[in-house]
Amino acid sequence: MRQGALTLARHVRSGEMSAVEVVEESLAQIKAKDGRISAFNAVLGERSRRRAAEIDRQVALGEDPGPLAGIPVALKDNICASGVPTTCSSRILEGWLPPYDATVVTRLQAAGAVIIGKTNMDEFAMGSSTEASATGPTRNPCDLSRVPGGSSGGSAAAVAAGMTPLALGSDTGGSIRQPAALCGVVGAKPTYGRVSRYGLVAFASSLDQIGPIAADVADAALALEVIASHDPMDSTSIPDPCESLLAAVERDVGGMRVGLITDLLGEGIDHDVTERVEAAARALEESGAEVQEVSVPSISYGLSAYYLIAPAEASSNLARYDGVRYGLRVKGENTEKMNVATRTAGFGDEVKRRIMLGTFALSVGYYDAYYKKAQKVRTLVIRDFEAAYRSCDVLLAPTSPSVAFAFGERIDDPMSMYYSDVCTIPSSLAGHPAISVPFGTGAGGLPVGVQILAPPLREADMFAAAAALERA
Amino acid sequence: MSSEHRISIEDVAHVAKLARLHLSDEEILRFTTQLADVLDHASDIESLNTEEVEPTSHPYPLSNVFRSDDPGPTLSSEEALSQGPEVEDGQFRVPPILIRSQQSGAAAMRQ
Repeated sequence: MRQGALTLARHVRSGEMSAVEVVEESLAQIKAKDGRISAFNAVLGERSRRRAAEIDRQVALGEDPGPLAGIPVALKDNICASGVPTTCSSRILEGWLPPYDATVVTRLQAAGAVIIGKTNMDEFAMGSSTEASATGPTRNPCDLSRVPGGSSGGSAAAVAAGMTPLALGSDTGGSIRQPAALCGVVGAKPTYGRVSRYGLVAFASSLDQIGPIAADVADAALALEVIASHDPMDSTSIPDPCESLLAAVERDVGGMRVGLITDLLGEGIDHDVTERVEAAARALEESGAEVQEVSVPSISYGLSAYYLIAPAEASSNLARYDGVRYGLRVKGENTEKMNVATRTAGFGDEVKRRIMLGTFALSVGYYDAYYKKAQKVRTLVIRDFEAAYRSCDVLLAPTSPSVAFAFGERIDDPMSMYYSDVCTIPSSLAGHPAISVPFGTGAGGLPVGVQILAPPLREADMFAAAAALERA
Repeated sequence: MSSEHRISIEDVAHVAKLARLHLSDEEILRFTTQLADVLDHASDIESLNTEEVEPTSHPYPLSNVFRSDDPGPTLSSEEALSQGPEVEDGQFRVPPILIRSQQSGAAAMRQ
């Protein structure tokens, strides 16, 4: 797309451009590029054309379709839209048609957006490369021989390739921010509870959060403003209203206290990435912010805690795929054998590994040593963040320890794949908001993302700092 | 965890059974190595003193989340059943839950 969501929506609302033109442009881009990139699991051509025509009729009648008038939005394929296949890139949900809309879909459509398609992902959002998809991997538009990151790799690649101005992803341990960084776009994970998860297929319920992926910070702010809301259908939804994020994007960061997280620089982080983060610190300083170094010591245990907690919750959430009520069923002579045959054929390797790990961590004799201990470490991470935020408004860190890696490089070594999330996991465990913003390039001319972290409910500060980096 | 707790092939086979997954011998071996790697890495949290620390199960504490008890629209029975792999008389149909082996079944029948 040649223009961003903010500009396009303004044109559609004023009648300067039609929603049909915008949607046709997006469909044409998908047709031209997705053969190579494979970002989409499904493209909703007819449905989006009909919807765009409705929006144009509204404009012709003098009605305002809303802040996202005519804007194509791609949904990660774990977000339900009524009657639209939702597979989580898993064989076990092949052919399933959800009977209802996710709350984010209702809100997007009420704001005038057009759901353009469903995007590829690591199966059930478990992965950091989109290689663990039953439909095959997505390619990084910046270098087709490299992964787009994951698990929201399809959403990030679709925006990076200009096939849609906006996409939604879900982030459990970094699945919005890491692919955004690897594809050179913006990805925001809001505070846990800020956006309703009603209609998001559950992976790890105490961590999952929906957020936007966009080409720039203002578009991400616009999309998050639309989807952030209290929802009685999600009991974890936060009642507090969200500050205007578009106003925050315009804000001066003079005097803002920024903490550079020293624990996430140096060992384990590639030199080119560290260099860009230090450059981001200098850029914020030049914009008037006060940058200081800060340590959040227990975050070095975050990866361990996460890879016990998330699989434990996943093993429980994925127990529902038993071949009884929806999705795949493989025949068996009794119900238990049918359950086993269905799950064995329906789940890929990574999902099986996480279910096994989680079941083990929750089993008798290991619960206290693994699961409960990890939950206590989670408390320590939150305490250390609280201490850091006594002297800082926001924190600065890398998003990913490296630029986009090659296909096959990590897929057979789970621990090296899990390490891809080392910088994003801490704010997930704490339930805090964080955003990844492209900030120059590293090895091979590939994009590097830097991360702004903020205390709970402080998305406005996070967007202000992110926008300052974008302007730098 | 310390090495005496290292996950074994038997543990992996047992956990697969609990999780309703069938794994081949090759998969059991491969998963044992891979899960042991992850658990070895996770053993770094053992050294942390967490005696006085409460566990966090939910990062943003909200309590007593209730809505008013008003009936509203819900999925119809047809909608709820529409995605079922096998449906009969307004219910999901599954294969038998209990299967008698031939001898013990005959014995059970006589009682």
